[in-house]
Amino acid sequence: MLACLQRILACALCWLAFATAAANAQSFDTAVARFAADSFGDTEAAIGEVAASGHPMATQIIQALQDGRLLFDAASKKVYVRDRGGKVVDATTGQAADLPAGAKPVRLNNRLRRTIEAALGGLTLLAPESGRRYEAAQAVFKSRDAGVLPTLDTAIAKETDAGVKRALTEARAAVILSLPDAKEPDKLAAVDTIKARGDQDALGLLGGLPPDTPPAVRKAAADAVTAIEAQLRLWEAAQNAWYGLSLGSVLLLAAIGLAITFGVMGVINMAHGEMVMLGAYTTFVVQEVIRARNPALFDYSLAIAIPLAFLVAGCVGILIERGIIRFLYGRPLETLLATWGLSLILQQAVRTTFGPTNKEVGNPSWMSGAFDVGHITITYNRLWIICFTLAVFVALLGLLRFTRLGLEMRAVTQNRAMAAAMGIRTSRIDALTFGLGSGIAGIAGVALSQIDNVSPNLGQGYIIDSFMVVVFGGVGNLWGTLVGAFTLGVANKFLEPVAGAVLGKIAILVLIILFIQKRPRGLFALKGRVVEA
Amino acid sequence: MLTSPDAVARRPLTRRSLIAAAAVALGLAAIPAQAQDTIKVGILHSLSGTMAISETTLKDVMLMLIEEQNKAGGLLGKKLEPVVVDPASNWPLFAEKARELITKEKVAAVFGCWTSVSRKSVLPVFKELDSILFYPVQYEGEESERNVFYTGAAPNQQAIPAVDYLMKEEKVQRWVLEGTDYVYPRTTNKILEAYLKSKGVKDEDISINYTPFGHADWQTRVAAIKRFGAAGKKTAVVSTINGDANVPFYKELGNQGVKATDIPVVAFSVGEEELAGIDTKPLLGHLAAWNYFQSIDTPINKEFIGKWKTFIKNDKRVTNDPMEAHVIGFAMWVEAVKKAGTTDPDKVIDAVVGVKVPNLTGGMSEMLPNHHITKPVFIGEVKGDGQFDVVWKTEGLVPGDAWSPHLEGSKDLIADWVTLKCGNYNKVTKRCGGST
Repeated sequence: MLACLQRILACALCWLAFATAAANAQSFDTAVARFAADSFGDTEAAIGEVAASGHPMATQIIQALQDGRLLFDAASKKVYVRDRGGKVVDATTGQAADLPAGAKPVRLNNRLRRTIEAALGGLTLLAPESGRRYEAAQAVFKSRDAGVLPTLDTAIAKETDAGVKRALTEARAAVILSLPDAKEPDKLAAVDTIKARGDQDALGLLGGLPPDTPPAVRKAAADAVTAIEAQLRLWEAAQNAWYGLSLGSVLLLAAIGLAITFGVMGVINMAHGEMVMLGAYTTFVVQEVIRARNPALFDYSLAIAIPLAFLVAGCVGILIERGIIRFLYGRPLETLLATWGLSLILQQAVRTTFGPTNKEVGNPSWMSGAFDVGHITITYNRLWIICFTLAVFVALLGLLRFTRLGLEMRAVTQNRAMAAAMGIRTSRIDALTFGLGSGIAGIAGVALSQIDNVSPNLGQGYIIDSFMVVVFGGVGNLWGTLVGAFTLGVANKFLEPVAGAVLGKIAILVLIILFIQKRPRGLFALKGRVVEA
Repeated sequence: MLTSPDAVARRPLTRRSLIAAAAVALGLAAIPAQAQDTIKVGILHSLSGTMAISETTLKDVMLMLIEEQNKAGGLLGKKLEPVVVDPASNWPLFAEKARELITKEKVAAVFGCWTSVSRKSVLPVFKELDSILFYPVQYEGEESERNVFYTGAAPNQQAIPAVDYLMKEEKVQRWVLEGTDYVYPRTTNKILEAYLKSKGVKDEDISINYTPFGHADWQTRVAAIKRFGAAGKKTAVVSTINGDANVPFYKELGNQGVKATDIPVVAFSVGEEELAGIDTKPLLGHLAAWNYFQSIDTPINKEFIGKWKTFIKNDKRVTNDPMEAHVIGFAMWVEAVKKAGTTDPDKVIDAVVGVKVPNLTGGMSEMLPNHHITKPVFIGEVKGDGQFDVVWKTEGLVPGDAWSPHLEGSKDLIADWVTLKCGNYNKVTKRCGGST
């Protein structure tokens, strides 16, 4: 009898378990089907239900949703997941499926993206890869979802990686601080943890505590905010210095070609900016060819573009020198007008050939993104541009100092008659020097295409700044150009937060004018027996 | 105002010589046709200089619309003849070219201008010579002229709904108003600031900043935005950054990792054309407010995109909001000319008001007595392919306000060219304040 009863009970239990599982599966299916409703409200509800279901497909579905790989078919209300390799599976069963023709990705907006980040954070706290655990911790830090607290505790206990463990602890502190019923000592400890983090997110968290926070915690948070702010101010100065160096490197890059054509040769070349633009368009053409022929080479596109840009801009430069400028030596006003006209012609030529709209020049993967040093964000593209600029500068110095061409260039620019008497073909050297200056402007164009618009107007934005740098640094001196560019860059970046970009620029101009009054020949005036033109 | 009518009239010699020079420059391009056979339509868009990047497209779309109208039998039994001039992004030259179009070419109407400065510079010419200008770009409002029809958005058709969206949907409490330093951003931000304060936003939660045209180094500003956003309140950026400065701005946002889920940026001057120059993947979710998006799925829009790509012979070219404004404006002008039975500007100006034509997003836009039109407002999020995904739209069409009710100086003003015959009638003093 008892055995019979037992068996019935077991059966009933079994049945119950089965029924719950079936019901769970049922609710999971309905939840997934809501993705096909094509409404933001339904999608949001579906994310919550799927994340809470504990179903093995849950993480995969939400991850796919985030990447735009979750597809739905409006007619059959079926939902599909496309994996990164392009294989399609049914979202509810995980079985391979054929994608109907009308299937569209589930649409997202910012609110949903935040919901997804929060949900994924909770789901991937125990992921095997430390990188994903770290991201999950950051997501929880932002979402402060109280529901993940038990998982968070498990994750902290199991964590071996120190960095991830700290991120998890900080995430836990963030959750505790937003929990209304957490104990006061816990909250105080949490404030300390957040304070140790010390970045802007920490400030944001401590500045926006919920209104029911106890006064003692509130005071501790306010103290922590003051401490963090004081520390961040120091970092801010460092950050400004870095921005200044980066701006300086861009100025230097744009001006360094001009330092040769204007600084060394004395030609007022208003078409200098257009040489920069030609370099940028060369980069565009190179990337287009690579995209069409061999996309795998894309990361090397800049390396290929540099010599080509040098050649293109250099050849155009030599043509300009041979065709126009050599007839105008010693007539600066006419040179100015002729090169100004030339710059308009070049701009319009590019506009007619490539069209007036901006061209997309992609960033290779190694030039995208940023990393943090302390509390400074350093973007890769700026870092590479600084390195690149310095390399160009050193190469140019070497060329002038150690090669025969450099020697002849210096000889011709210092004393033309004497150089000619020594058997140097001065007109050939003039053409090559101008070509070198233009070619370097072309190289600058390759780098500038990474941070600015590639449009026919690209060069115009740099011509004034370039002249400013060369005049300020001292005409005829490459080192002057280097110091001038970095001084202007750093000064600009320290003025900008105080005075605003517009006033900052005006202030710099006024300062330069005053400086030129005092030292008309710039920072590093050439001394010695240089023959004046 | 840049140029008053007297200033123009005082130097007739210069003007004449310039017109002569321009005529020579145009050379054979403007074929001298018999005035009786065709109706001339002026197109006043920069084809060179800084603004060529945006305005060339509008010239092309006008040529397409005129070609189409001619295929459909022309207008009043005559063919339409486009007259294209190039004001070269040079504001005073806009006035010279407008005068040339009206007096020398005797065009029936002009479609043109992009920047507010160029519009302000041609205003006196259109008033003096009594002609018609259709202006297709979103602008700062605070203007209504008898001779101008504003087919772009007024602030209440773009800026205000966008801010409302951010307040309601994204629960934004802290605002960065980031703009290029000229009249459109400054006026728009003034209106927005007044509007936000009327909604209870405190002074310390609004940060307003201006940068010069073509600003390329955004490191400091983006860092400042991040810092401003770290005060524990949801922060958004309202961007009136114009033209070329946008690409480096968005690149810097992407590189410094400012994600739309943390600090969304809503832009009023960034459309499909502007995004064509950038990789939009890092910008996923940033917003734009317009009255038209290429991605809007209506049969009439699909047809328009198809025609545009065929006309321009390039499958990659995109369509954008000011193009739609020209489509609406041109259709309105055609309707009005048919209604009036003549191209005489005075009769057409009266006939345009009340004309309803289909816009490309499935509604019927109407020309209002204040010379602005009714338009729907859409908020779109940037997608990975450089297009926008519409996430919100207004219920019906929004009528354009010439004068903002949120500004002290303009809240009592109304414009009505039908009953009041006045562009700035003061409701309180019951007086027409004179033009502009």
